[in-house]
Amino acid sequence: MNWLFSNFDMVVELTLNHVRLSIIPIIAGFVIAVPLGRLAATGRAARGVIITSTSLLYTIPSLPLFVILPAIIGTKVLSDTNLIVALSIYAVAIMVRAAADAFSSVSVDVKQASLAMGYSKWQQFWRVEFPLAGPVLLAGMRVVSVSTIALVSVGVLIGSENLGYLFFNGKQRGLLEEVVTGIVASLLIALVFDLVLVLLGRILLPWSRKDRTRRSADSETVSLTVTTGGAA
Amino acid sequence: MIEFRSVSKRFPDGTLAVDDFSIVIPSRQTTVFVGSSGSGKTTLLRMINRMVDPTAGQVVIDGDDVAKENPVQLRRRIGYVMQNGGLLPHRRIVDNVATVPVLRGVPRGEAREHALELLDTVGLDRSLATKYPRQLSGGQQQRVGVARALAADPNILLMDEPFGAVDPIVRLELQRELKRLQKDLDKTVVFVTHDIDEAFALADQVVIFRTGGIVAQVGTPSEVLGNPADEFVASFIGADRGQRQLHLEPRNPETGQVMVVDASGRPAGLLSDDESRASTGAASPS
Repeated sequence: MNWLFSNFDMVVELTLNHVRLSIIPIIAGFVIAVPLGRLAATGRAARGVIITSTSLLYTIPSLPLFVILPAIIGTKVLSDTNLIVALSIYAVAIMVRAAADAFSSVSVDVKQASLAMGYSKWQQFWRVEFPLAGPVLLAGMRVVSVSTIALVSVGVLIGSENLGYLFFNGKQRGLLEEVVTGIVASLLIALVFDLVLVLLGRILLPWSRKDRTRRSADSETVSLTVTTGGAA
Repeated sequence: MIEFRSVSKRFPDGTLAVDDFSIVIPSRQTTVFVGSSGSGKTTLLRMINRMVDPTAGQVVIDGDDVAKENPVQLRRRIGYVMQNGGLLPHRRIVDNVATVPVLRGVPRGEAREHALELLDTVGLDRSLATKYPRQLSGGQQQRVGVARALAADPNILLMDEPFGAVDPIVRLELQRELKRLQKDLDKTVVFVTHDIDEAFALADQVVIFRTGGIVAQVGTPSEVLGNPADEFVASFIGADRGQRQLHLEPRNPETGQVMVVDASGRPAGLLSDDESRASTGAASPS
């Protein structure tokens, strides 16, 4: 633990930077993917075009993308913006498919009913489709969150300062403790982000939770199993 | 009064769902569209609130062509009940019922207050108000659907096979309840079903459809039953098989009971001796 104690300040700084570099692409991915996903859910043709083209984005290898981006968007070679834009592209690539599935999962009956009630198109989107797509959107966001946090590390190769530095520096200097610190810290970030997303789901989508009155017997069995599992 | 004037509907794929349909639906009565699937009855129902627009002809409510109305505003003043309730799964029961008034700008608190009263009207306990739809049984959800349709106090109530997905016992209960409600509320009800017994039970006016939105017969239940227009109607209402013809069979000489038997030999009820007048009501199976 010596290495960690003597470099604690640096680890904290790299962690905070890692968090900052992850959050922006995750949010940008969501904001861009939701309208695209909704559009993709309108019909088979739209779905084909949108899903295929965004999926293609994901096949671009990350390192070349980091290197080319400054030439395309006119940023400085060592700017963090390159990393953030590249990661946002990957986030969109993952999230669009999830969003398309999320909007397709909203039952036709419910959409018909809201139409019959007199929701306008706009109200139907915000008050019916978007909340009902919530659970599947959330599942997509959890994948995007983990994937983005992992990908941020690669940014070290283009001069970004984040936990990835600990992997590379630790490997070069043969310091196992430094590498492990990097891994544990990114794992922790991923866990915290996931927890936040799940909590947000609990708060924003209370209706999608397991029914406590009717299925209380089931959930009791589940929690018992979990306890036993934990003890063993 | 709702009028269909030479209404036709051809879908983009070329199928003619409705062909030159005209009818007058009187106010404050229940008109039932009955026919097998593919007869265009739901399409016609949805023309009234412009969920479907006809390709030819007009739908007129109290003298106004619905094509000239804003569809969103129009739908907010017409009640709609659909199969499976069509409740919003992410809203509590009370908010489901309050949906339309809130869309029309009634303050939420006031709308919820009124929603609770409507739960009483449709025979639901107020304790269900804070539950989510999936916590309710099918029959309860259907009652919520009716309460929601009544919330904005519409003159017209459209019901699209509302009781099609519930079990027969609950269905009978809901039908009775609807008759009771209709007596108090005096709405213009347009009801779609493929169940002829349901149609006869609820209708002031029955419209029987053939495939392709062609009307086979229009009339009161007793007119249709007493005088089916043609073979098709006779077979549809089961008259040709004698399903609705009843005869009496002496049963028990000691008590003097007489059994009422239908054409297929199934007992439909008992006539008891102390009732001098045998009413058809006593013989109706329930």
